[in-house]
Amino acid sequence: MACIKLKKLEEYLHGVDTFEKPKIKLEQYITPPHIASCVLYNIQTLYGDIEGKYVGDLGCGSGMLSIGSFLLGAGMTTGFEIDDDALNIFQTNVTDMELPGIDCVLCDVLTLSNNEKWENAFDTIVTNPPFGTKNNSGIDMLFVQTGVNLASRAVYSFHKSSTRDYIHKKVKDWNVKGNVVAELKYNIDTSYSFHKSKSVDINVDFWRFDVSEKNL
Amino acid sequence: MRLSTYNFLTSKAIKGVKVGFPLKLTIAKQDVVESEFNPTFIERLLPRLDWSGIRLAAEVAGLNDDIPAELPANVAENEELLKKLHHLLLEIDVLEGQLECPETGRVFPITDGIPNMLLNEDEV
Repeated sequence: MACIKLKKLEEYLHGVDTFEKPKIKLEQYITPPHIASCVLYNIQTLYGDIEGKYVGDLGCGSGMLSIGSFLLGAGMTTGFEIDDDALNIFQTNVTDMELPGIDCVLCDVLTLSNNEKWENAFDTIVTNPPFGTKNNSGIDMLFVQTGVNLASRAVYSFHKSSTRDYIHKKVKDWNVKGNVVAELKYNIDTSYSFHKSKSVDINVDFWRFDVSEKNL
Repeated sequence: MRLSTYNFLTSKAIKGVKVGFPLKLTIAKQDVVESEFNPTFIERLLPRLDWSGIRLAAEVAGLNDDIPAELPANVAENEELLKKLHHLLLEIDVLEGQLECPETGRVFPITDGIPNMLLNEDEV
């Protein structure tokens, strides 16, 4: 499958249905289609980590990154998600868009490392993890650690820019090379009623972790 | 649920379960979703999969005549087999059914194509 154009990809991703009622406890907010299409396009064009690869999506929600990866030519993608409501939307998206080769599993992402079958199962892991701001500090790095365990090539993840130094230090412990691929402004609009202002911009880094020499 | 995904699932997260693989698969309803055949992808996927799990899946899906008892050494040159594996692993979609832990009998339902591997707190 030839790599589709960025504009086309974004058009498709605008058609992906998202959470009907985001759950605060799970810190659900969507990866905006514009951001998802840009970062996935770069993963493929700069690093070749999607086309023909087995891609896993941790905390896949309604499937923005899984679907985007498949549209960019992934051989197969599997999404993992703890929320069945989100996965039902995921399945509806996949069916409506008539996409083959996209699968999902209802499970707790943080238990995946207990099953050695998943170790190195994937070439590439993508994740838009919970940022860990709701009494679950550090959960974003637990997602990355799980990704490092499951991937043989690379892990891609989003993190608040304020945690950049910490992440650099943390991944060194796993002998993983991390670099910030893009600096983004995330617009978390009126998803939740407790956001006081109408729209909140937060600074977010998009990371690539090279796991080819990992030592967890 | 694709049968490639099935090959990775275990019930090892249940307290006391030693291996939890392969899970006993029952298919109540399956579909076939055709997808582009990529021989290189299948070839690269195979070393990550468990052949006995592939055989089991083939049996349950009614395709056991397609899959040999042992993985042939020269599979890369055997395009016919790669195509059959592609069909079995990536095109068969289990819509309804269940997975059963071989050690405890705990059942994980597959509903609308989604295997539910969540465990209760008292099971882990």
